[in-house]
Amino acid sequence: MTLNIKQLTIKQAHELLVTKKMSVLELVEATLKEAEASRGLNAYLEIFDDVRTQAEVAQKMIDEGCATFLAGIPFAMKDNILIKGKVASASSKMLENYVATYDAFVTKKLRDAGAVFVGRTNMDEFAMGGSTENSAFGVTKNPHDKTRVPGGSSGGSAAALAAGAALAALGTDTGGSIRQPAAFCGVVGLKPTYGSVSRSGLIAMASSLDQAGPFAKTVEDAEIIFDCIKGHDPMDSTSYPDNFPRKDFKKPKVIGVPTEFIRAKGVDPRVLQNFETALEQMKKAGYEVREISLPSLALGLSVYYILMPAEVSSNLARLDGVRYGYHADSTNLLEDYMRSRGEGFGCEVRRRILLGTYVLSSGYYDAYYNRACAVRETLRDGFTKAFEEVDIIATPTTPTPAFKIGEKSQDPLQMYLADIFTVPVNIAGVPAISIPSGVVEEGGSKLPLGIQFIAPNFMESALFAAGKDFEKVRDSNII
Amino acid sequence: MVNVMIELKDVEHLAGLARIAVSDDEKKILQHDLEEILAYVSTIKEGVHGHTGGTGNTQRGLGELHNVMREDSEPHESGIFTEDILAQTPVCEGNRVSVKKIL
Repeated sequence: MTLNIKQLTIKQAHELLVTKKMSVLELVEATLKEAEASRGLNAYLEIFDDVRTQAEVAQKMIDEGCATFLAGIPFAMKDNILIKGKVASASSKMLENYVATYDAFVTKKLRDAGAVFVGRTNMDEFAMGGSTENSAFGVTKNPHDKTRVPGGSSGGSAAALAAGAALAALGTDTGGSIRQPAAFCGVVGLKPTYGSVSRSGLIAMASSLDQAGPFAKTVEDAEIIFDCIKGHDPMDSTSYPDNFPRKDFKKPKVIGVPTEFIRAKGVDPRVLQNFETALEQMKKAGYEVREISLPSLALGLSVYYILMPAEVSSNLARLDGVRYGYHADSTNLLEDYMRSRGEGFGCEVRRRILLGTYVLSSGYYDAYYNRACAVRETLRDGFTKAFEEVDIIATPTTPTPAFKIGEKSQDPLQMYLADIFTVPVNIAGVPAISIPSGVVEEGGSKLPLGIQFIAPNFMESALFAAGKDFEKVRDSNII
Repeated sequence: MVNVMIELKDVEHLAGLARIAVSDDEKKILQHDLEEILAYVSTIKEGVHGHTGGTGNTQRGLGELHNVMREDSEPHESGIFTEDILAQTPVCEGNRVSVKKIL
C-alpha cells in the first residue's frame, strides 16, 4: 500500500496497524524514507541504528493484542531528552559525545507504550533560542520555506514532524520552545501544566519553567501523547501526585482575549488579522469571546529574562569538564574550568550564564531576581483572576510568521521578543497549546501561523476540547 | 527604558565568577548585549499599573511550588552504573574521576 505519511495521524496509523493493513516496519520504513528525503533540513542530528529492532518489539505488542495508541508510532526526540545508550548532546559541543546512562521519565513512558524512536532532533544549544540557529551543529530549515527558521528551541522536532519524517515528536518548552516552532512549522504543540509531566531525564535549562510536551498533527494526537507521558514521578520533586484533587472537566465556553497586550507594537498586522478570523470562527462554533485586562502580561518577558538566566547560570554550573562533557586541558584546575566552559559553550549560552550571574550577584539580587519573583506572583494572580471570568485565554502564538535565517541572530533582544506571547504561560505554570490557524503568503511561500489557547492549571482537557472545535471550524472554512 | 552601565571590567568579573574564558572581542559584544538586555528587563522595577508586585497572598494553590522530600530508601544495587558513568569522564583512574591538584 502507498502511505501518505505527511498526512497520516497517530489515530489513523493505529487503526491501520491493529487491523493489520500495515505493519510497523512498513510505517517505519516510510518514515525513514521521508527522513532521508528531508535530510537537507537538518532536522535530525542522528537517525538511530536500532529503529528496525524497535519496530519488531512494537509489532510484537500489536500481534499479542496489547497495543496502545502509540505502539509502533515513529517519534522524533529532542536532543535534550535522555534515551539510555544514545547520545544526548543538547546540540552543544559541551555534550557532543555524552551518552545517556538512563531513560528520561517521558522516554520510558513512550518506550513502555511501544513508541519507536527514529532519532534525535536539532535544537538551540541547551534549549536557549527561538530559531535553532544557536545549535552547535548547524541551523534547521523550515520545511515550508528553506530560507527561514523553523522556530526553536525545539525546531528540529517541529520540522521533522512537518516534513513527514516522524508521526509525532517530543520537545521541551521553557518560554515557548514547543509552541513557537509548532506555529512556525504548521503543527500542534502543547506545553503542559508545570508539574504534570516529569522533568526527570531532561537536560535542565531553567528548572522552574521547563516542561516536556508533544508535537502532533492534530489536537487529538497531542492528547494521546500527553495522556501517555503525564503522571507522577518521585524522581521529580515538582511532579504532582496522580491523586491530586483536580477540577472536573467542564466544556469551555468563554474565551478571554487580552486585547491591549496583543495589540502591542511589533505584532505583524497579518498575524492580528489571522487571529481575528480565528476568533470569529470560534464564535461560529458557539464560543463567547470576551475582552479581558491582564496588564501584568506586558512584564512577562522581563521577568523571564531575569529568572531564566538566573536558573541557567546555576543549572549549567555542573558542566565543568570534569565528570562528563567537553574538557580542555590547561595549566591548573581553574584554567581547565575556564577553558572547558569557554570553548564548550556557544555564545548565546555564555551570554545567558553571564546575565544570570549578574542578576544573582550581591548588590543586584534584590533589584532583579527578587523583584522578578514578586512580579511572577502578580502574573500568576492575574491569570487566576482572569480564569474566574473566562474558561480559556487566546492569543496569537507568535508576533510574526517564521523569520529569515540570520535575520535576528546578531540581535539577541529582537530574538527574545519573538517569545512575547508564550513566556507568560511558563512563568505562571499554566498549560497552553498552539494550533495551526492559517498561512500568510510571502515570497512564494505559505508561512504557517498559530493560535495559542491557555487554560487554568491541570485543565489541558479544556485546551483539547476548544482545540478540536477550532480544527473543525477552521477546516470547514466557516466565515 | 532605564540606562544600565556595564563596563568591560564588569564583564571580566562576571566571566570569572561564571568560570568562562571570554575573548577580548567577545567582552565588547557582551558589554553591549548585557546593557541592552538589562535595560529592557529593568521595566519590572516600574511595576504593574500601581501594583508593587506580589499581593502578599501566600496561599499556595495548584501549580505552585512546594518542598517535596523523597524517602532515602530502596537504593539500586551498588556499582551497576559505575562503568557507564565512568565511561563519560574525560579523565579517570580506576573507579575515580581525576582532577588536577589544587594545593
